[in-house]
Amino acid sequence: MATETPIVQKDYEFPAPQKVGHEKGSFTRIIQELVFTVDHKKLGLMYIGAGLVFFVVAGLMATMIRAQLFFPGNTFLEPDVFNRFFTMHGTAMVFLVGMPIIFGFANYLVPLMIGARDMAFPRLNAFGFWAFLFSGLLLYFSYLGGPGLYAAGSAPDVGWFAYSPLTSRAFSRGTSTDYWTLSLLLGGIASISTALNIIVTIVCYRCKGMTLGRMPLFVWLYLVVGFLVIIAVPPLTACQIMLMLDRYLGAAFFDTQAGGSAVLWQHFFWIFGHPEVYILILPGFAIASEVIPVFSRKPIFGYPIMVAATVMIAFLSLGVWAHHMFTVGMTSLGNTFFAISTMLIAIPTGIKIFNWLGTMYGGKLRFELPMLFCIGFLFQFLIAGLTGVILAVAPFTWQLSDSYFVVAHFHYVLIGGLLYTIFAGIYYWYPKAFGKMPDKKLGLFHFWLFTIGFHLTFAPQHVSGLLGMPRRIFTYEAGRGWEIWNQLSTIGVLIQIPGILFFVINLIYSYRKGRPAGDDPWDAWTLEWATTSPPADYNFATLPEVKSRRPLWDLKHPDDPDWKYE
Amino acid sequence: MSTAEITDDWKLPSPRKVGLACLILTESALFTIFVVAYLFYMGKSLNGPLPQDVLEFPWLGSIALFGSSFTVVMGERFLVRGHKRGFLLWWGLTIALGAFFVYFTANEWWHLITKEGLMINTNVFGTTFYSLVGLHASHVLVGLVLLSIVFVAGLKDRIPAHHHEHIEMVSWYWHFVDAIWIVVLTVVYIISVRDP
Amino acid sequence: MGNVKHQNCQGFLIVALMTLFSPGALFADVSGAGYPMKRITDIFDPQSLPAEMIMTTAMVVLWITLGIFVVVTTLLVFIVIRFRRKPTDDGSEPPQIYGSTNIELAWTVIPILITVVLILVTSRTIGEIQNKALPENTLQIRLVGHQWWWEIHYPELGIITANEIHVPMSDRDPAKARPTHIELQSADVIHSFWVPQLAGKTDLVPNRTNRTWIEPFETGVYFGNCAEYCGTQHANMLLRVIVHTPEDFERWVAAQKAPIPAPVTAAEIEGEKLFYSTSCINCHKVGDSVAQGIFGPDLSKLMLRQTIGAGVAPLDDKHLWAWVKDPQEVKVGCLMPDMQLLDAEVDSIVAYLKTLK
Ligand code: HEA
Ligand code: HEA
Ligand code: HEC
Ligand code: CUA
Ligand SMILES: [Cu+2]
Repeated sequence: MATETPIVQKDYEFPAPQKVGHEKGSFTRIIQELVFTVDHKKLGLMYIGAGLVFFVVAGLMATMIRAQLFFPGNTFLEPDVFNRFFTMHGTAMVFLVGMPIIFGFANYLVPLMIGARDMAFPRLNAFGFWAFLFSGLLLYFSYLGGPGLYAAGSAPDVGWFAYSPLTSRAFSRGTSTDYWTLSLLLGGIASISTALNIIVTIVCYRCKGMTLGRMPLFVWLYLVVGFLVIIAVPPLTACQIMLMLDRYLGAAFFDTQAGGSAVLWQHFFWIFGHPEVYILILPGFAIASEVIPVFSRKPIFGYPIMVAATVMIAFLSLGVWAHHMFTVGMTSLGNTFFAISTMLIAIPTGIKIFNWLGTMYGGKLRFELPMLFCIGFLFQFLIAGLTGVILAVAPFTWQLSDSYFVVAHFHYVLIGGLLYTIFAGIYYWYPKAFGKMPDKKLGLFHFWLFTIGFHLTFAPQHVSGLLGMPRRIFTYEAGRGWEIWNQLSTIGVLIQIPGILFFVINLIYSYRKGRPAGDDPWDAWTLEWATTSPPADYNFATLPEVKSRRPLWDLKHPDDPDWKYE
Repeated sequence: MSTAEITDDWKLPSPRKVGLACLILTESALFTIFVVAYLFYMGKSLNGPLPQDVLEFPWLGSIALFGSSFTVVMGERFLVRGHKRGFLLWWGLTIALGAFFVYFTANEWWHLITKEGLMINTNVFGTTFYSLVGLHASHVLVGLVLLSIVFVAGLKDRIPAHHHEHIEMVSWYWHFVDAIWIVVLTVVYIISVRDP
Repeated sequence: MGNVKHQNCQGFLIVALMTLFSPGALFADVSGAGYPMKRITDIFDPQSLPAEMIMTTAMVVLWITLGIFVVVTTLLVFIVIRFRRKPTDDGSEPPQIYGSTNIELAWTVIPILITVVLILVTSRTIGEIQNKALPENTLQIRLVGHQWWWEIHYPELGIITANEIHVPMSDRDPAKARPTHIELQSADVIHSFWVPQLAGKTDLVPNRTNRTWIEPFETGVYFGNCAEYCGTQHANMLLRVIVHTPEDFERWVAAQKAPIPAPVTAAEIEGEKLFYSTSCINCHKVGDSVAQGIFGPDLSKLMLRQTIGAGVAPLDDKHLWAWVKDPQEVKVGCLMPDMQLLDAEVDSIVAYLKTLK
């Protein structure tokens, strides 16, 4: 039936919700709308926008880090300033860049893709955003708070996983660690509420005919991410509570002087920390699983096994945390167990990689911006994953752990994997969100500059790691054979920066002068492309009804619709 | 958006039910960590007092809490049958039992702090005990607030039929708080008081 | 991974050159300063047992992953080139393939097999290294981490020193072998023992005793770092392992045990007075004098070391003077306060310190 009648009538007019006060379009009015909105699309964009701002800030901190490491024995930064920089850089990039951006995509797209009008709990959704934003501001306020403005204030300097007892009152005086704890506590609650919202939306608001088996892979992956978040983030919340009890009430969870255990924190943190990294990459997979088929002009290869693999990854990821602890002196049994469980993850992940390749195979590849970033993602995530497997070899990791090899590994996953798919996603859905096409030329500059810069920055770090360079050192003595690799790495950043600038410029320029996009510029197949760009307040005038995984394909090819084969 | 759009031949689970189920899932994860911490530090205290010296099995409190799980169900029954007085009666009883549990716990803590000198910073037992039991108690308090809101609404006849599900959710939450207590009870008052 | 192998050779080269130009073991004084300096801590240039075992495993793993990398990348490149949309394209959609059980089965099973191999290699090496049985004559060392320096005990020999571990070199012939067993503890936060060419990391965790062992076969001065972030000066928590010939090691032990010569010159005596009247003695230990502080490094045989401040500076008059004048200048934020001494006082204290050998 969906095949005859168009999925949406666009002429339908919705009564716009009553807005009190200022003139439409006036500055105060825009602010007012942003502050009071509970619309999933606005919130989604706000999430992504805020995330990008934090990305620039945290990225500039990374630039400072690289500058300091350019020369051996450089005195550009004081030790503590440097330590604060990498702590804030890591914390911000994970909790204030990665998390909000992936939630932004979920917010904007999940309801559109399942043919719903909003998230299940719009107000909870708004709460989630503002709680996240506040947690971010709280974290950065630590620079001004505490002892005061001098010497870059008192931002946390305990590293992004804040190993106890370095965080205990004895070794971390002042308030910096408290800012870190409170910020992550709040951020965690925000994430949990948003994830819960995503799950409920997906389970309870799918449009007619969209069975679980017909959901776009994007939605499937976000369902899994949702569950990962609500299971894996509470441990973080828990150990933040414990740390606060330690610091404020003198409890002894992690206070080694009072019989507490330093290792317990590591277990609790990584029980959260490892699933967290998959919470970050699965949305990347989700975007790739939408972009690659559309630009290969083929349906995703092996939908069922893709879903199965995702669920596998999620399950396994809950049982591998101690691969971050191969050096704390676990028994040979413990080390072996976690080495094995970690390696198993290579299998479902491999399945995904190969299925994406299978999707491209025999297709007609169109190298639009989103596709370019996805190909970059495939290549870089392959490298990152393989270094990951190398790190899973416990004895090898006794050498590599806490060296720059690890830094290289996780930047290849987090940037080469996550950030690249985020760029792909932004370019892919930009027309939907703003009704304008992103500029391809600027985009190409962004892609090539950033790709070259990225590899130049992080490939050498594999080597300095293998040459025994530990991470988190604000300086190193000359003659250790590390200079050249660090200098290459720093130069790389100087190439990344213009890349990012081109990206920012592109966003603004295309918004002003971009070519009108129309509803479905990429000739895509999922529901979000069936409505106007940008979509009306309530997305769909009449809720769509679907018969297959690619409703718009059915619409465009009545002769052989998908539902014949599914 | 209301459930109206979901037509008969296309039924999806109720958002409230799914939402609460998820909430219970996260809460369980949270409690798990605190339980693990408690078990991990069992017998690791550098100095007393130790569980086996100071902990009394909380018969009354537990009976009250478990009982309240039953009364809340009765309350629901009567509400669905539209039997107001019965509802208010059972619901009020639930609140009373819950309140008694809180009072009982408060009492126990008072005793531990003043008589036994066990504080959160005394030893790892104190640390893990107060944090775990306290976390549970805080959930009981939240539950009590929810129950009371419903109770007041009931008094004022402000419970339209389509709100029955909200109330079912409240009782789900209350059952969950009970279930957690079973765990805390076994871990704290049974396992950890065995003489080593 | 290509650059890894290349790097490996480079490491070799540099080390080789250094060995060539350094005076070699001939003039090795007990501080070991004469031994070749193994500054390039290339983990592919192992000089000791556990590091060698790790290297063997590492190579297997690297080759496997390299293979996978090459295969998958080639596939990707091929697809991108072969299936890009040609300019002549008629705009029709390609055949819609939804999947293929057989192919998917294939690329599930092959990775499983590879993973099995990896798992076997890994678990074997873990066992071999962690459950290694050491002979009786094994040298016992206790290493205690401090912010930001290393306290070193030789329980059997009754020697206490800091920042530089001296060990005898072992022998491949099991009969003459003499490995070193190291107990790892921490006085404050978590640190990590890492001397890449000798052994992988093991953390020094408060309230806990970890163990590791080394069995070097080449004399030399091996560089290491604290490899777990431990606060402000984590970067300057450097460690040196000096591997002696058995004979030289005995000489070093003798030197460590020999009584500290009494100060003779006026300056030295003056310095001794100052040292004992200033609060130095609250933190530092000198033999069995009244100076029994344990917060800072043991200074009894200070002059037998190559560096001060855990490798932050070489041990020479200039730097020693600078350190005593104001350690915060040499090692910002280190836990030794500026003692506010007058230059004259520093002169004499340094004169005294130089008698500690
Ligand atoms: C998006 C984030 C992300 C992702 C996806 C991953 C993925 C993986 N990571 Fe990574 N990891 C991090 C983020 C991530 N990691 C971070 C942030 C840290 C550092 C934290 C810190 O210390 O600050 C870290 C650290 C880290 C460590 C600890 C290092 C140490 O500190 O000692 C280990 C050890 O096992 C590890 C392993 C792995 C493995 C096995 C995977 C696997 O999921 C990879 C699987 C993918 C593949 C294997 C490639 C594709 C597969 C095929 C082509 C099939 C064929 C292949 C085989 C059969 C092998 N990671
Ligand atoms: C998503 C995660 C993420 C991302 C994207 C990045 C991005 C980068 N990271 Fe980071 N990094 C981490 C996560 C991430 N990192 C984590 C978790 C750690 C561990 C922290 C810890 O040890 O505790 C870490 C640690 C870490 C280290 C190790 C520090 C140490 O151990 O001493 C280094 C060193 O080189 C580094 C470098 C970089 C660089 C150069 C980038 C670059 O890619 C950044 C590029 C971006 C910019 C350069 C922004 C500049 C933009 C502009 C200038 C445009 C301006 C525009 C306007 C003003 C409108 N990172
Ligand atoms: C408050 C404690 C304290 C006092 C007082 C103190 N020191 Fe130190 N000292 C330390 C610590 C801690 C270190 C190790 C610093 C590091 O390497 O991070 C150290 C290191 C040294 C070293 C270098 C040892 C080595 O092998 O690296 C010398 C020499 C030294 N102190 C001499 C002195 C002298 C002389 C005085 C008195 C004038 C003195 N110290 C007073 C704590 C103290
Ligand atoms: Cu000690 Cu880092
Ligand atoms: Cu991990």
